[in-house]
Amino acid sequence: MSSPTSTPGRRKRNRDDIPATPKSTRRRGQDSSNGDLRAMPTSPATDIASPAVHDTSLFSSPRRSVLPSEVDMSSPLMYGTPSSRVEARQRPDLGSIRKAPQVDLHSEPPSADGAVASEQALGQKLVIWGTDVNVGTCKEKFQRFLQRFIDPTSNEDENAGLDLNEPLYMQKLEEISVVGEPVLNVNCSHVQSFDADLYRQLISYPQEVIPTFDMAVNELFFERFPDSILEHQIQVRPYNALKTRNMRSLNPEDIDQMITISGMVIRTSQLIPEMQEAFFQCQVCAFSTCVEVDRGRIAEPAVCRNCNTTHSLALIHNRSAFSDKQMIKVQESPDDMPAGQTPHTTIVYAHNDLVDKVQPGDRINITGIYRAVPMRENPRQSNVKSVYKTHIDVIHFRKTDEKRLHGLDEDSDQKLFTEERVQILKELASKPDVYDRLSSALAPSIYEHEDIKKGILLQLFGGTRKDFSQTGRGNFRAEVNILLCGDPGTSKSQLLQYVFNLVPRGQYTSGKGSSAVGLTAYVMKDPETKQLVLQTGALVLSDNGICCIDEFDKMSDSTRSVLHEVMEQQTLSIAKAGIICQLNARTSVLAAANPVESQWNPKKTTIENIQLPHTLLSRFDLIFLMLDPQDEAYDRRLAHHLVALYYQSEEQIEEEFLDMAVLKDYIAYARTYINPRLNEEASQALIEAYVDMRKIGSGRGMVSAYPRQLESLIRLAEAHAKVRFSDKVETIDVEEAKRLHREALKQSATDPRTGFVDISIITTGMSATARKRKEEVAQALKKMIQSKGKTPAMKYQQLFDDLRGQSEAAITKDMFEEALRALADEDYLTVTGKTVRLL
Amino acid sequence: MPSSHDWINKPLGVVEAMFAQSNSNPEWEAKVLEYFKGQLREKESHSWVPSLNDVPLHYLKPNSLVKFRCLVQDMFDPEFYMGVYETVDPSTKANVLRCGKYKDVTECGVDLNSRNTVTAERQTFYCVPIPGESPWAKESYGCSSQARVVPSTSYVPSRQKRSYEEDDDDMDTQPQKQREPHTEPHGNGDSKRQETEAPSSQTTAPSDCSSHLDLNFPLPGERGPACLVKVYEGLDSFKLNDTLEIYGILSVNPVLTVLGEEKDPSLLLLNPTESMETPEEQRAHDPPASLVPRLHMLYARPLQHNNPLLPSAPTEDQSAFVSSFLVEMASVRAELLAYLTHVLLGDGLAAEYLLLHLISNVYTRRDVLPLGKFTLNLSGCPLNSYTERLYQIVQQLVPCSYRLSMSLHTMNSMRLVPKKDYVANRLVSGALQLARNTSLFLDETQLEQGQLDSSGVRNITALGNLISWQKVDYDFSYHQMEFPCNINVLVTSEGRSLLPSDCQVPLQPQVTPPNMEEYLTTIHMAQFTSQINKFRVYLSLARTLDYSISDEVTKAVEDDFVDMRKDDPQSVTAEDLHRMLVVARLLSLSLGQTTLSRDGWMRAKHIDMLRRSRTEQQKSLNGNEP
Repeated sequence: MSSPTSTPGRRKRNRDDIPATPKSTRRRGQDSSNGDLRAMPTSPATDIASPAVHDTSLFSSPRRSVLPSEVDMSSPLMYGTPSSRVEARQRPDLGSIRKAPQVDLHSEPPSADGAVASEQALGQKLVIWGTDVNVGTCKEKFQRFLQRFIDPTSNEDENAGLDLNEPLYMQKLEEISVVGEPVLNVNCSHVQSFDADLYRQLISYPQEVIPTFDMAVNELFFERFPDSILEHQIQVRPYNALKTRNMRSLNPEDIDQMITISGMVIRTSQLIPEMQEAFFQCQVCAFSTCVEVDRGRIAEPAVCRNCNTTHSLALIHNRSAFSDKQMIKVQESPDDMPAGQTPHTTIVYAHNDLVDKVQPGDRINITGIYRAVPMRENPRQSNVKSVYKTHIDVIHFRKTDEKRLHGLDEDSDQKLFTEERVQILKELASKPDVYDRLSSALAPSIYEHEDIKKGILLQLFGGTRKDFSQTGRGNFRAEVNILLCGDPGTSKSQLLQYVFNLVPRGQYTSGKGSSAVGLTAYVMKDPETKQLVLQTGALVLSDNGICCIDEFDKMSDSTRSVLHEVMEQQTLSIAKAGIICQLNARTSVLAAANPVESQWNPKKTTIENIQLPHTLLSRFDLIFLMLDPQDEAYDRRLAHHLVALYYQSEEQIEEEFLDMAVLKDYIAYARTYINPRLNEEASQALIEAYVDMRKIGSGRGMVSAYPRQLESLIRLAEAHAKVRFSDKVETIDVEEAKRLHREALKQSATDPRTGFVDISIITTGMSATARKRKEEVAQALKKMIQSKGKTPAMKYQQLFDDLRGQSEAAITKDMFEEALRALADEDYLTVTGKTVRLL
Repeated sequence: MPSSHDWINKPLGVVEAMFAQSNSNPEWEAKVLEYFKGQLREKESHSWVPSLNDVPLHYLKPNSLVKFRCLVQDMFDPEFYMGVYETVDPSTKANVLRCGKYKDVTECGVDLNSRNTVTAERQTFYCVPIPGESPWAKESYGCSSQARVVPSTSYVPSRQKRSYEEDDDDMDTQPQKQREPHTEPHGNGDSKRQETEAPSSQTTAPSDCSSHLDLNFPLPGERGPACLVKVYEGLDSFKLNDTLEIYGILSVNPVLTVLGEEKDPSLLLLNPTESMETPEEQRAHDPPASLVPRLHMLYARPLQHNNPLLPSAPTEDQSAFVSSFLVEMASVRAELLAYLTHVLLGDGLAAEYLLLHLISNVYTRRDVLPLGKFTLNLSGCPLNSYTERLYQIVQQLVPCSYRLSMSLHTMNSMRLVPKKDYVANRLVSGALQLARNTSLFLDETQLEQGQLDSSGVRNITALGNLISWQKVDYDFSYHQMEFPCNINVLVTSEGRSLLPSDCQVPLQPQVTPPNMEEYLTTIHMAQFTSQINKFRVYLSLARTLDYSISDEVTKAVEDDFVDMRKDDPQSVTAEDLHRMLVVARLLSLSLGQTTLSRDGWMRAKHIDMLRRSRTEQQKSLNGNEP
């Protein structure tokens, strides 16, 4: 493979002094183990020379008109080690398989190289062909990066447990020596902040730079931990390259560069054993030789070099070397695609230990090298399809939804905001009326209901997540749950639809159409693998988002019961078909319910109107009534609003769409970056508010607030602080939370009999007055029975009539029965059929 | 009669000449586009371009300019191709730069290592003829074509294509026997067009094709060519389900037909580029070019409507056309109303509502709320094929329509919502993937009692979503994706429909003809074609008119609403106001008025009142209706 045409190239690279060896296709690992290897050279000049000895052809593959050559990753340049104990491992991800044919270097005396050549005269500045990468400098730089890089503000989960004030990657190396997993993940943004030039090189010439990094790491590692035993040499896996974020923006310029894209796995192939090296044995003299696979083809040696017999070599399969490979199809994640288009897919190849790391349905960030391969030339066809096949060779996977199962931080949704965007958002936040502005931008087509919109706005922002697991309480719920009830046709569904469209992780279900499994999770047997697969339902899917449930009242009881756990503990326990697990479902619930009698009955309590269990109702932070106010001024404004809706001009609509985008970003930004905490005054205000709430009721012997209400207040106050982009919860936040909470309560927890707000309607399902009255009736009945003297049995109807006659207040049959039941509970009497017996 | 045009017959020659002149100055690409656009702008020139819709594929010359009226059914991944490449002549060793744009295959002897190669990006759209296009629209489009079509090869028509030969006269201008089916613009009601329509369909391709190729039409029983359109410019401006008229270079190179059988499994193992695709995927993405031709797009015109009777482009012609038609508007409306009244068995109110429904259109969306939709539920329809007849009449009036018979079986078995097939990597179409302003006729009278299975429930939900929000959630298996649509849904039912609707009108037949079929047929026959054509123009045109409400009328409407609420708050809700505003809008537009007048509002109120009293009546009659 060492062809004479490449000699000038070598000359340019100042390699004339090195004798060319013919055995260019020898495998690296063997090189090392044979013992005939050179020690890792220290000076850059000889350093670059060593690979040339091995395989000159490696330096001649063209970069499709962009760059004339590339380096073979499996060359000893990359894997020559100072210590030969550890075998290097091929990195098919960097493209050792693909070696393009050689180019005639005569034809192109590149100017850049000319300059380099002059420098080379000094024996100092050598670069890899076609790049501006100098192996020595690059290595040095990377080693310096490893030794010095400190990131005190790191909050990545991977760095948990590391001392942030010590060099980060040295600690990781130490970890490798202990754990023995020879993979070093390097965050590209770290490299960038440390040395922008190195980062640029890494992005532009990953094929050349990453092996150099490998080399650097291994040198450093074995210097430090000379006794560690690793399976193979450490491989550097960069991730988080900022080059590309979106699959859609990939274009021909990205070919052969390192990119990071996000997407969702839609299909994975079977494992493909890919031949790396073919082993041939001569049938005559048993001489063996190895041939590397070159672009999927094996050049079968025609003549045995030992005995010179022609066509005597046979391929021995089980002595050939194979590597694992898997094809993965990745689809654009639905969040970052333009409306009205279909998602793009990309083919990704995973190699070696990255095989089977991801499953269909996973959302992942992929860092890899983007490749374009011309379609296979068919010898039978004179002309070829002019299309390239593109794929990505993966270097690093990062699952973004891992946290859904493990529950760590929430940087998964991290949306990148440009400087200007942040500036716009901050400007907006600094306006005093930002709260009103945002709430009016929310669903502008829905008229009025300002408080409800404000409530929903706070729900969109959510409270601050607090972790009390150390004290045994577990996570505090940060999500705000809201229930809307009201007459049909008051645009509840529309509001829900709007919210669902606004938030990135929203789910919309209807109570009628969803079953318990559809909401939670179900176990399915994969038809192909016969494996049990856990499929997640709406609640789990909306983790960190909002689950909109329409027609909440129509939901069956068993379905509703799963909501109990979700709405307070924010988890979902599954025990089905051998799978027992607890999934996170940190979702806010926005539900809408219609009254039982189709029209809201103002004479009844909320509970009676919507017939939902109070255990569930008490889990809603805010319950709003959406009623038809039926007054003239309102009607007029409504009419105006609707008519305007129908003839507004294009520009106005345009303007509004802008608002929606801003609103989206505003919420996303606040959710990610703002974590307000209570300050002293605010805590004081909260305490006061709570005590006041308790006091209101205590005068009449009713409880008007429970700790749950206090928690709601805190959440709402925090959310309001988030709206202001404030890191502190201040008194104004508490004031607004109080106001909103009171408004909601006024609507939903007013006892229609007394007109007082009574929280027990929601917490126990019955107002305190009603309970008191029940007791009174029971007592009256008891007194009446006692006054009748010793009669062991009475007629039911007669007793009822007597009681009615005696009492001043009207006694209904229900009340009478309730009283009887109460007395039966006291073991005072029993009711059998139509007779009442005293005990 | 235009003589031969190089830009139509040999567009690639034009492209190549421009490329050669450019000296690799990238501006030549823009020039090419400008040139073709300029050519097409010329009067009538677009009618000289043969259309894939009405000329059978084997009559079209490869690498000639053709047009295709279609719907973007699926968008494939972008692909990289050699925009510019270099070939080496084996004998002279001379390098020649070549242009790879608008071509599927390269010339021989490509130097893969040349530094002059420019990689460029393009995207493939899978396009199908507009689903549910009415026969009259197809026919009329075909007639307006003035393209000279010369068979490209010495093709001998097979048995089934017999009819062409009978139709077409031979011409002696060229030595080869040629058929020229559409040399002259034909008058109305050209019968032979109809004949060529059916056999030209590619779906009935001979059985020698390797397997049953599913051309993925949204509606069952559709025919016509599907096409892979290669798009080079303005990728972001196209959306799924757009209706376009595409002008492009036809490519039917047999090399493209790389079928699975020639592949050696051992090769697959070693060659990574080949194993990427499953056979299904290959079939979907590289179908034989003889069945699914490739079209390299030069110019695409979004179609606002597919009514051939209306000028298609918003030019001066159109505004002149509109203003001339506006004069007639009121009279045509009266005639159409009379016609519809007859059709609806003498029910004038229902006819009025049907007319409004037919011109309704989602003109904008306010956050999630589509404005302008007007789903009509005609309840109380007589059974026994009345609805079928009704549909046929609607089909005669609108350019695009589809009747979905909601029988239990179809609801349970039919795929309404498009679904992504990840194995073949394509979007499998469903009946709800329709072009804008398609009339969807849901026939609920066909529904009988029985069990809906899970797919049936999904289908009903999809229909409900379509009606309420004018969107369809496409099934991407791991998630759903929402595609807004603009479909006029008409539900015919016996009682009130189980689907939501904007407006329900119980049908009150005034006549009870003994033989329904005969009755409707006679009504239909009584109309002249010119009359029907007027109706067609009217319906398409009324939809495109602008509309506004003056402040004064706004005030009046508000006052009215407040007054109505004062009397009885329960009687009029916000919902009702929504509907009345839509009715008022449609009513004004149907009369050719572009602003709402007080009269218009009163009329709208009046007919809505009539309708409501009728539903009340119905309610009290049935008693148990909710």
